[in-house]
Amino acid sequence: MFKKAVFILVLFLSTASAFAAKDDNSIQIKGSDTMVNLAQSWAEKYMEENSGDFVAVTGGGSGTGLSSLISGSCDIAMSSRNIKDKEIALAKQKGINPFEIKVALDGLAVVISPANPVDKLTLEQLAGIFTGRISNWKEVGGKEARIVVLSREVNSGTHVYFKEHVLRSNNASGKEEFAPSALMLSSSQAIADEVAANPSAIGYYGMGYISNKQKTIAVARDEKSEYVSPSIENVLSGKYPISRPLYLYTNNQPQGLIKKFVDYTLSREGQEIVVKTDFVPVKK
Amino acid sequence: MRKLKEFIIEKLIFICGLASIFFVVLIFLFLTKEGLAVFKYVSPFDFLMGKSWYPISEPAQLGILPLICGSLMVTLGAAIISIPIGIACAVYIAEIAPSKIKEVLKAGIELLAAIPSVVLGFIGMVTLVPWVKTVFNLPTGLTALSGSIILAFMAMPTIVSIAEDALYSVPKSYKEGAFALGATHWQTIYRVLLPAASSGIVAAVMLGIGRVIGETMAVMMITGNAAVIPQSILVPVRTLTATIAAEMGEAVVGSEHYFALFAIGIVLFVISFIINVTADLFLHKRH
Repeated sequence: MFKKAVFILVLFLSTASAFAAKDDNSIQIKGSDTMVNLAQSWAEKYMEENSGDFVAVTGGGSGTGLSSLISGSCDIAMSSRNIKDKEIALAKQKGINPFEIKVALDGLAVVISPANPVDKLTLEQLAGIFTGRISNWKEVGGKEARIVVLSREVNSGTHVYFKEHVLRSNNASGKEEFAPSALMLSSSQAIADEVAANPSAIGYYGMGYISNKQKTIAVARDEKSEYVSPSIENVLSGKYPISRPLYLYTNNQPQGLIKKFVDYTLSREGQEIVVKTDFVPVKK
Repeated sequence: MRKLKEFIIEKLIFICGLASIFFVVLIFLFLTKEGLAVFKYVSPFDFLMGKSWYPISEPAQLGILPLICGSLMVTLGAAIISIPIGIACAVYIAEIAPSKIKEVLKAGIELLAAIPSVVLGFIGMVTLVPWVKTVFNLPTGLTALSGSIILAFMAMPTIVSIAEDALYSVPKSYKEGAFALGATHWQTIYRVLLPAASSGIVAAVMLGIGRVIGETMAVMMITGNAAVIPQSILVPVRTLTATIAAEMGEAVVGSEHYFALFAIGIVLFVISFIINVTADLFLHKRH
């Protein structure tokens, strides 16, 4: 009995010390689902080059990442939107000082099924569709069919960005909301699957999720402007109207291991990975 | 020495017994403390009767009526499907089936209870959702009906096993009396056995419904999660449970959104408490 207890104690202590030792060279990254693939690729390459360092990446949404940073349960938060004033205030209360680093750009693709004849829309039409003002495809030049609006859940930075920049057309005091009848899906992949299977659905997500099972819509700022499709060149040149920066947030200016990783993401190699995962680099 | 051992074991079991109550009380206190804080931002009436759920807007709109209706709609649908089938199944197992079939059926139902809800949700998403869409010619198959069908599968094992127990516990003399009076087997079942077991069957139904209303993962995957007050069972709905699960990760600790989610937890707690108490009342009436 006694021997067993000692054995368990030793086992416990050794695992605890193993964890404590590992802590010194491990980084926890959490946040935006849009950025998970990107951060995962960075982490893999980074760990290949710096064996001994350990980087763990998990998703959950920008809000989840930022609230983990505030509560101290991750070292770097990935976010596809700016941190809110409310969150900064909360962080300050807990002694955390969020520091913002822009690491990439992302074009938000609006997607429909390839079976749908519509292929271009203006920002105003998009706002109408997603707020529920326009509810039938024939109003925007399609077939007679009810529009099924797909959106991400509210914990998604993509949701927040789309609401602020498309539904409210950058007007900070706007009151527009997603139509209550909009389907809230829990991941970008779920939207991709539903759009592929449903000819009357419309959804949006980061360019990284575009595949040939969905059709991207060319978007124009207004009727007189040129319709632009979401591609790396168009986002880089600023022609594509729905693009956004992607951020990493750290507590204070990054130092030590975290700085090493952040520097890696901004290095030429790191930015090449950005291109490979279908995002747009911030540095050439 | 033996007495001491006995004493220690007795006390240990006593503490274990108390632990569950202690935890329930702790959970309830925590839930109330965090949940009631939302009423600093919104009145209880606006919270329960408000028709818009936009938790992250400025100012946040925290009306959970669409969510309550969503939960009720899905639960009602599941009840309509699972109660008749479940009770009929229990009657068949308890009264009609030959012992070999009975064993197979019981094992099958236990197996159904053992399937994790996320697996059922996934199967529903891949098979049931497209089917509902084509059969009813709907714009999307992610509807309350899809959720109801999947949840009916989850409620069935509870209903069948408890209703079957209730049927077994009807004294044999009742049945013999009915036969002696010349009643057929079917007449005996629905005139004598079912009324005699009714309190147990109601309890079975209540516990089945309790299981349905608290279910989260499967409904989140297949009901579409649109926060509108449903006009029919063929539209997407958002349930109370799915809202908590989908939004808890995002809610900034200490924000009104966070408190609102806990308040939804209280609403759910109250609903399942009422259901369980009703089931308990009926179960004890029997004895």
